[in-house]
Amino acid sequence: MSYLAASQLVGGYGGANILHECSLFADCGKISVIVGPNGAGKSTAMKAIFGLVRLSSGSVSLAGNDITGLSPQARVRCGMAIVPQVENVFPSLTVHENLEMGAFLRQDPIAETLQEVYELFPALAEMRTKEAGDLSGGQRQQLAFGRALMTRPTALLLDEPTAGVSPIVITSLFDMILEVAERNIAVLMCEQNASQALAIADTGFVLVQGTNRYTDSGPALLANPEVRRSFLGG
Amino acid sequence: MEAINALVLLGNYVIVPGIAYGSQLALAALGVSLIYGILRFSNFAHGDTMAFGAMVAVLLTSLAQSLGISIAPFPTAMLTLPFAIAGTVLLVIAFDFAVYRHFRSIRSSPVVFVIASTGVMFVMQGLIRFIVGPRDRDLGDGARFVVNAREFKAALGLEQGLSIKVSQSLTLGITIIAVLLLFWFLHRTRTGKAMRAFSDNEDLARLSGINPQTVVILAWTLSAALAATAGILYGLDKTFKPIIYFQLLLPTFAAAIVGGLGNPIGALAGGFVVAFSEICITYAFKRFLAYLLPENLEPTGLVQLLSTEYKFAISFFILVVVLLIRPTGIFAGRSS
Ligand SMILES: Nc1ncnc2c1ncn2[C@@H]1O[C@H](COP(=O)(O)OP(=O)(O)OP(=O)(O)O)[C@@H](O)[C@H]1O
Ligand SMILES: [Mg+2]
Repeated sequence: MSYLAASQLVGGYGGANILHECSLFADCGKISVIVGPNGAGKSTAMKAIFGLVRLSSGSVSLAGNDITGLSPQARVRCGMAIVPQVENVFPSLTVHENLEMGAFLRQDPIAETLQEVYELFPALAEMRTKEAGDLSGGQRQQLAFGRALMTRPTALLLDEPTAGVSPIVITSLFDMILEVAERNIAVLMCEQNASQALAIADTGFVLVQGTNRYTDSGPALLANPEVRRSFLGG
Repeated sequence: MEAINALVLLGNYVIVPGIAYGSQLALAALGVSLIYGILRFSNFAHGDTMAFGAMVAVLLTSLAQSLGISIAPFPTAMLTLPFAIAGTVLLVIAFDFAVYRHFRSIRSSPVVFVIASTGVMFVMQGLIRFIVGPRDRDLGDGARFVVNAREFKAALGLEQGLSIKVSQSLTLGITIIAVLLLFWFLHRTRTGKAMRAFSDNEDLARLSGINPQTVVILAWTLSAALAATAGILYGLDKTFKPIIYFQLLLPTFAAAIVGGLGNPIGALAGGFVVAFSEICITYAFKRFLAYLLPENLEPTGLVQLLSTEYKFAISFFILVVVLLIRPTGIFAGRSS
């Protein structure tokens, strides 16, 4: 079984179910990518894995332990971290304070992790006393990413980490994601830039209307003519 | 000489009282702003929270006086400040448990909280009248003036005197200390930063492991402490009368909204903007101008824009203008 595994998730926001038996997984040191049309339920699936959506059935496990009943905070303590799609920083806090708040649950010294994050994102190091609300789109995404790394997670969920970011920055963000995965972190992300994301994906999921349509390795999905035609624009 | 007389006159009737009143409003508005930032509603009970703090000080001051305890030349009320703060914090947290916690658990909309706070306001008013009655109470004892008008005149050989009351200088001193402490707490401590983070983005704060319950209790504590302090300083400066604190609600909210709700620096500035507007607009500039203008141009009227009875209209006017022109306040808060 995978390090992070969600199986047969059914649930939604109180009204009609959004997820219909959706299954996702991610392994340590590997990248899993969810793609799919707008409104397919990608964000909802991420939130469900983090305990932010009520499930009527299905289960989530981390390192073989069932965590379906845990609160989001408890999941953070277990080693999970999430970068939400929107509102993923504290705008009136400085960059440095944002990172400190990312490490709020930690009791041990955080200086070393801060150093690592600043090394991974040199742009943030320059901006450390700036308010997050004043950052550019790309810097903000890097900060959101860095904030999530502050708890030294073993499983990282990224909801569209490249939304609203210029093409050059997108490429560098993907490099950073690869670098993070190399630290033996299980990465699960969903992406608008589907082809670029699938190219680095060890596993790809195509989600349509809250259910898995295709599941394969990233390159295999990219090579699949049907997937190309319907979801990757040719 | 004429110009100096004019300046002293202005200092005595506008600047000194404006600084004192502005400080009191700023403290009050900071409390409103904090609650808005964390709990996201306008707390209409804030005026009576101030009254409650001042009431505790009134009662303890009489007690201290009857026991012969005094810290002259300072007013005895200063001695009672920590107890008044503690009492007010306890009361406010009790109301949180009895009232607001329920509405949080069922995720009520802000309007429901505002109405609940109005209910709390009435209960507090009843409680205060039940305990001390609606009458005026004098809170001030000890020395009255730091700078006495008559001595000032004599010493400088001026026509106009400047007086600075003990209560006014205490107000300024305590406001500076309180504001520095508050900003130190919010910007330098882990818990303070967590409060700001919670105010910025509640969901992300929860995801970061910040405990909402702790943040809420802290917000009430700080807000009640600020309210009690503001209430006592106002009572010392003017007089303690329960209804006055209810009337202070309007300028307090004007100050908080001018500065941008949820923004502490804005609340601070807003307090002074409202206080000086109120005082300048209701001050009769006749004598001031008489010093400065040549004799043939001396004004015949009072040169008073509005009579003092209308001072509440000024807060109201400021409020409306700000909401029309810049709904988020001058310092861009998070108004909604
Ligand atoms: N908080 C919410 N409350 C109710 N319904 C919601 C909520 N968030 C999303 N939905 C609905 O759930 C469905 C799936 O939304 P979701 O955000 O998961 O899609 P997505 O695949 O992430 O889309 P996008 O590519 O636009 O981010 C949509 O129909 C949306 O309207
Ligand atoms: Mg989404």
